[in-house]
Amino acid sequence: MIHYPFDLPTAWFILIGVLFTGYAILDGFDLGAGALHLFAKKDHDRRVILNAIGPVWDGNEVWLLTGGGALFAAFPPVYASAFSGFYTAFMLVLMGIIFRAVAIEFRSKEESIKWRGFWDKAFAIASIALSILMGVALGNLVIGVPMTAQGEYAGSFWTLLSHPYPIIVGVTTLAMFMLHGSIYLVLKTEGDLHQQIRGWVKNSMIFYFVSYAILTISTFVFAPQMAARFQSMPFLIILPILNILALANVPREIHHGRDFLAFLSSCFSIVANLTLFGIGMFPNMLPSNPAPQNSLTIMNSASSTASLTIMMTIAIIGVPFVLAYTAAIYWVFRGKVDSTHLHY
Amino acid sequence: MSAEILARIQFTLTIAFHYLFPPMSIGLGILLVFMEGMYLKTKDPLWHKMTRFWVLVFALTFAVGVATGIPMEFSFGTNWARYARFVGDIFGSALAAEGIFAFFLESGFLAILVFGWNKVSPKMHFFSTCMVSLGSMFSAVWIIVANSWQQTPAGFRIEEGPNGEIARITDFWAMVFNPSTVDRLTHTVVGAFITGAFLMISVSAYYMLNKRHMDFARASLKLGLTFAAIVSIAQIFLGHTSTQNLAVNQPEKFATIEGHYDSEKPLDLTLLGVYDANAKEAKGIKIPGMGGVLLNGDPNAKVKGLDSWPKEDLPPTQPVFQSFRIMVAIGIFLMVVSIYGAWLARKGTLESKPWFLKILIYSVALPHIASFFGWMTAEVGRQPWSVYHLLRTKDSTSTVVTAEQITGSLVMFTCMYALLGYLFIYLLDKRIKAGPDADYHDPEPFPEPMEAKKLRLFGVKVNESEDNS
Repeated sequence: MIHYPFDLPTAWFILIGVLFTGYAILDGFDLGAGALHLFAKKDHDRRVILNAIGPVWDGNEVWLLTGGGALFAAFPPVYASAFSGFYTAFMLVLMGIIFRAVAIEFRSKEESIKWRGFWDKAFAIASIALSILMGVALGNLVIGVPMTAQGEYAGSFWTLLSHPYPIIVGVTTLAMFMLHGSIYLVLKTEGDLHQQIRGWVKNSMIFYFVSYAILTISTFVFAPQMAARFQSMPFLIILPILNILALANVPREIHHGRDFLAFLSSCFSIVANLTLFGIGMFPNMLPSNPAPQNSLTIMNSASSTASLTIMMTIAIIGVPFVLAYTAAIYWVFRGKVDSTHLHY
Repeated sequence: MSAEILARIQFTLTIAFHYLFPPMSIGLGILLVFMEGMYLKTKDPLWHKMTRFWVLVFALTFAVGVATGIPMEFSFGTNWARYARFVGDIFGSALAAEGIFAFFLESGFLAILVFGWNKVSPKMHFFSTCMVSLGSMFSAVWIIVANSWQQTPAGFRIEEGPNGEIARITDFWAMVFNPSTVDRLTHTVVGAFITGAFLMISVSAYYMLNKRHMDFARASLKLGLTFAAIVSIAQIFLGHTSTQNLAVNQPEKFATIEGHYDSEKPLDLTLLGVYDANAKEAKGIKIPGMGGVLLNGDPNAKVKGLDSWPKEDLPPTQPVFQSFRIMVAIGIFLMVVSIYGAWLARKGTLESKPWFLKILIYSVALPHIASFFGWMTAEVGRQPWSVYHLLRTKDSTSTVVTAEQITGSLVMFTCMYALLGYLFIYLLDKRIKAGPDADYHDPEPFPEPMEAKKLRLFGVKVNESEDNS
């Protein structure tokens, strides 16, 4: 058997982080576009927005599916406890994902304004709810959830919503995705709609800055262990600084018409945020609060070395291909979209 | 009802609904590779039109397949947490391989398949078609590997974990090629080929019966029926060897399928009947000793009967016994229909047999029914174990999830699936009614001249030597 010269549980912690970050970057823009959907008032404009994400959204969700699969594979107890413990939350996520897909398809089946209005709202609400729920999940992981000594979740669905911090993370995530989605739409549109969306970028930017500032303050208040991480590893301060620089760069690039660079800046901001989150969490995966000794960590939850080694080999063979053809496919579909109905 | 029963009902619902779609994708996928390959080879615009139409149907089956697949993956964690902890170390590599080699391949290249006709060269498009088809089969490979490991575990050791026993992988290839993988994979994939082919056959037969899109219908029927005939003959043999190996690998399940109780008696073949639990034998139309002949050529072969195991280690007899017979009966029926149909298609006389076209139209449901009962045989036949002889189904559930929560999600899934099912039927119906001419533009002409003979390859007068599909 191959012996990798690094700690496998750590490597898998990072890899799962990469998969979820990839998911946030990719599905982030189509969730964000969905959250902004109702700001487009004309039927034609809404069609264009759906066309902009049409060819890619289900491919983007594959990142979530694979991230979930990798979590199951590398840290089975974390997967088992999180999915059974946060049962209702996961069912809501599932409902959101399926409902969103259904709304995209159903919308164009009838001409009536009422019909389309209903599915447009369904699409937007599902997108907003999914963005917030994902943030709420991250927020709960930061502050910790009640766990039993057997590593089972000991709270209820409402426990997850009973603390202000996860809600703040949820709203910030929504803001981040809205900014990201609006820049994506700028890249994909032309004419009047394009000009209108440039205005959305500005407003999303303000929304994001405000929620990010509140989040930063509340992290120091509610998650002192995150702040402590900064004291022990002071160089980490570079991440929030880079994040703010990247964000400040967005209006600059948009102003100069370098929309793609603005999009890259927004991608970078998501990477910086999730990296910070990952470093703050490490080595915890499902931290217990109270009773931190009950936390599920990469040490007590990892699959066997044999299993992790095999999976690492599979990943090393497969991931370069995935990245290469994902990039190639985005390259094929670069450029603007129009309102011609794309359909299955 | 107990949380266990509710979780099992939910799993049956989600998997049965999900499994309507991937077989159509796998079957249509391989047919698409053939159609587009023929188009590139012959430059016949009819192949191009066929490919374009079936790509749209494929994309529809694929999209609903993805949407219904997500709850499947989630449910291992939500409803079956103890199972997830037990098998995670083993399933990990299979799932990782599926994600990396199959999901991304399929979903990524699908965008090119559907939306990329004018964005990439014809060869690049064909390459994408191949990748999508390959992706759908890879998916089947890894899922069947995982499922077969549940049936016939290999390449592992059992370890005491903090929260119960855990299976740890010791030998990856022994896990992948566990004793039932190859039988079950070939049987499943060929079943999917039949399902895809009959979707194509049914739609084309509908056109032919209504005298619409006749060239398209003739060519699609000929391809679909010929392919279905070949694979459904193969399926009979694969099913046969699969059952033979079952007798070795899972004798309890085999004895249940055959309704064979008394180990001392010869193994009869019950063609049609019921298992009588009081009389402890199957009643109905029987061929004495034929079971043994099919198994290893010996009518007096000693085969372990249901009396060899304690009752609590055996699956329920009647559902497994009947499911198996329904599957086999449909398999044989589909084989006969497709051989006869392929022969008529070759003679070009399908059009004059409207009664047969009607049979073809309605046959679209049969492969799905056969798949469902095939899986019932396999999975109910695996009971009372979730992992054979290692983990019982009742010990696989989530401890923290209540019956109320599962009832709630069951209601949600039922509503969602009703909506998705309606959406699928609506879109498919609309696509079929619009027909292959809707939104269709002839391909950009190829630079080199076309050969007239190849152009009419699937027309009325065909050159026999080149017409093997």
